Parts: sequence; C-alpha cells; structure tokens
Amino acid sequence: SFQTHKEEDNPQKTMEVNGLTPVPDSYDYDLIVIGGGSGGLAAAKEAAKYEKKVMVLDFVTPTPQGSSWGLGGTCVNVGCIPKKLMHQAALLGQALQDSRKFGWQFTEEVKHNWMTMTESVQNYIGSLNWGYRVTLRDTKVTYENAYGEFVGPHTIKATNKKGIEKLYTAERFIIATGERPRYLGIPGDKEYCISSDDLFSLPYCPGKTLVVGASYVALECAGFLAGLGLDVTVMVRSILLRGFDQDMANKIGEYMKEHGVSFIREFVPIKVEQVEEGTPGILKVTAKSTTGDQIIEGEYNTVLLAIGRDPCTRKIGLDKVGVNINEKTGKIPVNDEEQTNVPHIYAIGDILQGKLELTPVAIQAGRLLVQRLYAGATTKCDYVNVPTTVFTPLEYGACGYSEETAVEKFGEENIEVYHSHFWPLEWTVPSRDNNKCYAKIICNIQDNERVIGFHVLGPNAGEVTQGFAAAIKCGLTKEQLDSTIGIHPVCAEV
Amino acid sequence: GKNEYDLLVIGGGSGGLACAKEAAQFGRKVAVLDYVEPSPRGTTWGLGGTCVNVGCIPKKLMHQAALLGSALKDAQHYGWNIAQPVHHTWSVMAQSVQNYVKSLNWGHRVQLQDKKVKYFNIKGSFSDPHTVSGLTKAGKETVVTADNIVIATGGRPKYPTHVAGALEYGITSDDLFWLKESPGKTLPSFILYVSLECAGFLTGIGLDTTVMMRSIPLRGFDQAQMASLVTEHMESYGTKFLKRCFPTKVEKLKSNRLQVTWKNADLNTEETDSFDTVMWAVGRVPDTKTLNLETIGVKTNSETGKIIVDASEATSVPHIYAVGDITEGRPELTPTAIAAGKLLAQRLFGQSSELMDYDNVPTTVFTPLEYGCVGLSEEAAVQCHGSDNIEVYHAYYKPLEFTVAERDATQCYVKMVCLREREQRILGLHFIGPNAGEVIQGFALGIKCGATYPQLMKTVGIHPTCAEEVTKLRITKRSGLDATVTGC
Repeated sequence: SFQTHKEEDNPQKTMEVNGLTPVPDSYDYDLIVIGGGSGGLAAAKEAAKYEKKVMVLDFVTPTPQGSSWGLGGTCVNVGCIPKKLMHQAALLGQALQDSRKFGWQFTEEVKHNWMTMTESVQNYIGSLNWGYRVTLRDTKVTYENAYGEFVGPHTIKATNKKGIEKLYTAERFIIATGERPRYLGIPGDKEYCISSDDLFSLPYCPGKTLVVGASYVALECAGFLAGLGLDVTVMVRSILLRGFDQDMANKIGEYMKEHGVSFIREFVPIKVEQVEEGTPGILKVTAKSTTGDQIIEGEYNTVLLAIGRDPCTRKIGLDKVGVNINEKTGKIPVNDEEQTNVPHIYAIGDILQGKLELTPVAIQAGRLLVQRLYAGATTKCDYVNVPTTVFTPLEYGACGYSEETAVEKFGEENIEVYHSHFWPLEWTVPSRDNNKCYAKIICNIQDNERVIGFHVLGPNAGEVTQGFAAAIKCGLTKEQLDSTIGIHPVCAEV
Repeated sequence: GKNEYDLLVIGGGSGGLACAKEAAQFGRKVAVLDYVEPSPRGTTWGLGGTCVNVGCIPKKLMHQAALLGSALKDAQHYGWNIAQPVHHTWSVMAQSVQNYVKSLNWGHRVQLQDKKVKYFNIKGSFSDPHTVSGLTKAGKETVVTADNIVIATGGRPKYPTHVAGALEYGITSDDLFWLKESPGKTLPSFILYVSLECAGFLTGIGLDTTVMMRSIPLRGFDQAQMASLVTEHMESYGTKFLKRCFPTKVEKLKSNRLQVTWKNADLNTEETDSFDTVMWAVGRVPDTKTLNLETIGVKTNSETGKIIVDASEATSVPHIYAVGDITEGRPELTPTAIAAGKLLAQRLFGQSSELMDYDNVPTTVFTPLEYGCVGLSEEAAVQCHGSDNIEVYHAYYKPLEFTVAERDATQCYVKMVCLREREQRILGLHFIGPNAGEVIQGFALGIKCGATYPQLMKTVGIHPTCAEEVTKLRITKRSGLDATVTGC
C-alpha cells in the first residue's frame, strides 16, 4: 500500500526549478537501500545524518544447508570478522607451540574445541547484529527484514519471512545486495557440500576437510582449519589466488604445504556422494584431471566449496526498471559516481563491475556517494592503490601493482623490483622458518623510482601494509623509503 | 697516509659495525675495537653492542615471552584446552634468548672477517688524534693508527650512587638479560622507557613487579595522553607503581633478600619493603671515561658527557667523528646509529654528500600494550605552532582479537596531530595497541613524504586490522565529542 508523503520543503522543488528531473512529491522515502551490509549500512547511516528519510531492506536467503544470519552483511556474519577471529584462533595455536621455547610450561598436547570457538565467535557476531539494529534505530533509519525487488521505476516490493508483501516508493535507490558463494553444478554439491556461508556457524567440528577452490577464501579457510589441527586438503583447478601477484601466491602455497595443508593441483570435482550420515558424516568426492583423463576419489568429513561468489542481482527486478547488468557475471556496471544506467538508481559494494570486493571500499563508496547526493560534496571514491591483506597462515599484505601487471603496463626495463627475505625476531627463539617471510617493492624507474607496488609476506601483514598504503597515496619514491628510519626490532623495518 | 688504517672504529655496536662494514665495501682498510667492561655484578658479553646483547634484541624477545603468556590466556576463549594457570620458567627463556644473542655475536664476527675488517677485543684510549692504544685480555699492548677515527662507544646504565647500597645490591639492564635464575620479586626503579618495558615483561611472565617513579613516566614522549595510557594499562595488567617516590637506601637481609627504603614525596612518609631484585633504570651515561678525550681535544657536553658533533657527525677534532648513543642531541636508537654510520662511511670514502636526516624518526616502546610514534608529541606541536594552529584527531578503538578473548581495550588509542591550515600536514602520529611498531612504520614513510590529513583519509583501510583506525580518524579533540569507535 502506498503511504502518502508529508509536505516538506526540500531540494526537490529547487531541482525542479533548476530544470533537473521532474520529481513527484509523494515518495515514501528519500532513499531506499537494498542490502544491509558494509556498503548499504554505511550509506544509510550517512544519509540519515543529512536528515533524509531512509529505509534499509536486508534479507538473508538461507543456504542449501539452512544457515542464515542477522543484519550486517557478509563482512560481519560470514566474512572478514569470523574469518579473522578463526585465523586468530589458529595463530594462537602456533603461539602455544612457540611459548614453550620462551619458557612457558604446560601439558604436552593441547587440543582445540571447535564448539567453544564457534560459540564465542557467534556471540560476538550477535552483538554486532544487535549493535547495527540499535544504530539504525537511533539514527531513525527504517529497517525491514524483507527481500526487496523492483516492481516499478520508483517502487520496491518487500517480502518478509512470512511471505507478507509491502510496497514502498523512494526518490532514489542504492543497490548493495552483495554476493553469495557459487556452487559447482555437479551431483551432490548442494545436498552435501558447505560454503563459507555455513562454515563459521557450523554446529559441529568439520573434521577431515576438502576445500575446493584457490581463492583467498579457500586458502584462508584451509589455513585456519589446518591451524586448528584438522586434516585439510585443497583442490585447485589451475593457479592460486588469481589476480594476485603470482610470485607471492606461490610462496603462500609453499608455506601452507610445509605446514600441513595438502594440495591436489589441476583437478576438479565431478561428483559428491554421501557414504555415511552424521555431524560430520563421510563424503566421497570423485574428481577429474584438467589435463587428462585421470579420475581420483577421496573421502572427507566435510567438503567446503570456495570457488567464487556471484552477485545477488538476478532476482531483484532489475529488468523491470531497466538497470543493465553484465549478463555473464551478474555484476552491475556503474560510472565513477556509482550511478547505474538509470539515473536515480545507484550501486555500491561487491556487486560492482570492475571494482574491488572489499568492505572498506564499499563503506567509502557508500559514504561519499551519499555526501555527493545530499551534502553537495564532489569527492569521488578513489579506487586506486587500495591496500588489501590475505589472512593465510603466513599473511600477505599488498598495495598497488603486482609484479606481472607492472611489467605488462610499464615494460620490464622500466621497473625495478627490490626484495628481501626476513626473519621475524619472534621466530628466532622457537626456531621457526628463517627464509619464508618476504617483502618486495616495485618501482617505476621513469617516474623518479616511484613505488607502484608493495608486497609483504609475514606476521601482521595487514598492520604493516596499512601505513605503506598511506605513503604510496602520498607518492612515495624509493629515495624517500631509503631515507626513512626503521623501527627496531619489527618486521616492518625490512 | 702513514697511518696503518683508513678508518678505525672504536665500539662494535650498531653504529660502529654499520660504519665499519660500509667503509670496507669501498675497499678501505678498516679496524674495529670492541670491549665490554664487566658490569659491577660481573656481567659481560660479546661483539655487537647494546642493541644485540643488552638492549633491543633480548628486550623484544622477553617482551614476546610475556605476550605469549597473554596469548595462552586468550587461547582458551578461542577453544584451546589449556589448564590454567600456566607457569613460566625463567631459565628456559633466558637460555633460549642468550643462545640466540650468542649466535648474533658469532654472526658479527664472521661478517667482519668476510669483509676483511680487523677486529680487536681491546679497550682503547687516545694517545694522539690518530693513535689509539689498549691492552688485550692477555695484557699485551696494542697500538692502532688511522687516518679517520669514529667513536661509537655507546652508553652504560647509570647507578644512583647517592642511594646507599645501590651499587652493591642493585642490578641494571646490563645484568637482567643475562641472569641465569629468575629475578623473583623485582623492583625496577624510576621511569624511563627501559624501566617500563622491563617491568612490563617481568609482570607478563608472572613475577611480582613494582615500578618506583619519582615524577613523570616516559619523559620526552607525549605527555598529553600517551605516557599515562601506557602506565594505566600496565597497572591494570598487574604491575605495581610507587608514584612520587624515591629510594634512600638498599640493604641486604639475612634471607638474602633486599630491603629497600624510600620516601613518598606526596605523603611525606618513609616506607620499606623487601624484594629479590632491585633493578636501576635511571638513565644511561656515555661511555667516554677511559677514551682520554680531553687530551686530544674532543669536546663533550658538560652536563651530559656526550660528544658534540655537527650535522656531518664531525667532532671538534678533524678526522675524528662520532655516531650513535654517544652523540649529543641525537635519538638513542639503533636504526639511527646504523643509518648515520653508513652515511658517514659513504661521505668519507664514497664521494657522497648526503647528511643524516634526524627528523621524523619513528620509534616504539615495547610495553605490554605497545606505544608507537613518529613526529611531534601534542605538546611539542602546541609549543611550536600554537594550539589554535593545530588539530588533533583521535579515537579509542578495540582490536578485533580482544573481543572473543574478553580483553580490556580501554587504553587502545590513536591520535594524529596536524596543522590546521589548508593542507593539514601531519605533524605527529601516536598509536597504542598491539604491534604498534608494525603499524607506525609505514605511516612514518608517509610523513616523510609530507602526508596530509586529506591524503590519509583517501587511503582505504585494510579490514580487519588495528592500523585501519588511523585512516578512519574523524573526531577532533576540539569538538569534545566521544572518540570511541563503535562497530564497522
């Protein structure tokens, strides 16, 4: 049912007078945000600051295994947050081993309890879900736990869990529906396999696990599962970490191999069958070689699919309002102001074509977009030199060009790569690897040896990389790097 | 020339070795003298200087041992089944650390050999501006002559000799790292960063530790907040503080414990307590006594005793230079000594004219909750530019890893001091939290590039880390708003 819009003197009239798009004056909301994740919530909260009437629609379609979660999107519920906490649990396992050499004494074998960890993590996530609901309420943003889809140029149909439908209208829309894990499309995948959507709330220890995929999601999950003491195998179709610097990707893989993760390279699963029911049960996986006819079989308690993510854009009525999407990938192309081909409809976050799938990028884009819409700002989101970190057992931080992309763009003779292995001081006493940690910078010789790529493999890579990203934003050159004094003794001084 | 060597370096520490090795790269004939006068307790060590033997390296390793103690407590929350409480054995840690340090001593000797730098384990003193002589351990007199001489003898801990019993019964950082047995119930005294770091890790490995401080903690560091946040955290961590107190005497009891008597300046009372160990950390003095500097005319600062040098590390005597902790007005840090030593060698023998830049040197205090900083403290910025011309952005944040571990993040804090005018250049950055050194290093680079607040705000954060909080700084002190970070 339509709701009449109260009379307000607002910029709409001014816009009309200035010859911009003629705007009816009876919308329910100034802005409806579809998707309550990192990007969506940031945009909604920002808009509320400018006293706009905002609604957020968030809905989680349960996974094939039945997992679901609360407000906050991927990052909070099934992404960055639980991932980093479980990674931390694995790191603590390593710390336990180290601590003996530093004088701490305890019984020989320490076991890990999956349920204790998962409960702690889920409790924390629950507090975040709650926190978001409170914040939305406090900032007077209307929140509905309902599935939103376009039914008209300015109209959204919202369907809640019970199937009740409501219609809402708005002057503008921001699509921030994010993505969900992809399935293989082979027999048994949806029935028996899990994805990252299920892993972080799994009510039983996954046991012997096969991780299918070579994305950062696959490697991070495989990494912490192994760190918690589980038997982990990763099945990779071709290369690791596509899109990342391959030199670094290989080092990450090597490290994981040396630390208990098995790899099956150049195979893809073709069938998953259940051998035994249970929590976990036993699954049989049949896989085929990508280079020949060889078939292999293996038995695992859990099969985790991490082969990629697909945008949630196919079933939200975009065709009804004429918003173009890339038919193949499902991603939405936008201009540099996050505007789709339909002027009053915008998009941010993981669903954007050609942009990075990162929480801070989505948040930045959402905030700046809203500031441009309602606060007269002109700053656009800067997608260049965005730093990132892969939280594998040996962490990898990067900012700027990979070595191969730099060579491609500038030519091998025009770039200089400086590199070094290093041995974190904290690894000396417990006799951990002395030639695995590594750092390299890529400089553009023709531009004053400007640093165009930064890569570091080692503990706390994220903490190390952040400051360097700021320096790269300031146009850091090799000379300036050389003249900066190191803090001693830390890894970052390398 | 007629001198035996192109370069003689007196002091085989961070600065000295860096200078010597760099000079050797240019094919020069180089010699290094290194000698460790045993501490009053008899502690001595090998080649490498303070950093390697009784400074940064063992300090950070013992700090790590303490951090691992916290990790063991956290681990339970993350699902690891460890029976609490877990006990720490000093001798296991000490041996591991000491073995590692010895491997570094060995490594330095091999390096010198590889680079064909001659090493003399003798205590040298000047006979004339180009001649240094000394006795080897065996008593043999050795004379070395050189065209250029670099003094890099560093410093040694001070004893409060006006306190009765201080010298006989107390130890210093020179001894702490080499103790074979646990220091037990320890009293480090006074507050310099050395003292806080030691008190911090001693508490972390389970020892009953008290810090006695006469006035302010972390003199020279940001007092507007950072120093007190660091000590506040230590108090909640378990370190005891005796504030505004100073010791008057130390006596040995029949039980072999030490009885310390002190005055409480606030209450105007005298108090006593007994300890197993008393460690003095009341400052360091430059090691110049036996060099015979007055004879050859090398000028020192009358108050500090440090050698006066110009921007090119030159002393008042031609061809005699000084680098590292011994030089007046320079930060007492390993990386600056190394950089200065290298640049000096490059200027002397490599046709370079590059001078050392001592501005914006980043540093970290490795207390239980680490404090990293670069640039100006808030009060220095105010003094320099006036409080109307600076803007201070700040935030209290909570590291993600603390959540599940249920750790207190009250003192986790970051602040950035900027100029207020158009560009908003960053003058100083201060960070308290885990891995502070790792966080600050990259930003120090940015500040070297003249980073401004808008540039930092354009930098996207890495999520989830602590460092990203720097890129999210929005609240100013001036606004008076609550600076606590809430959620994503």
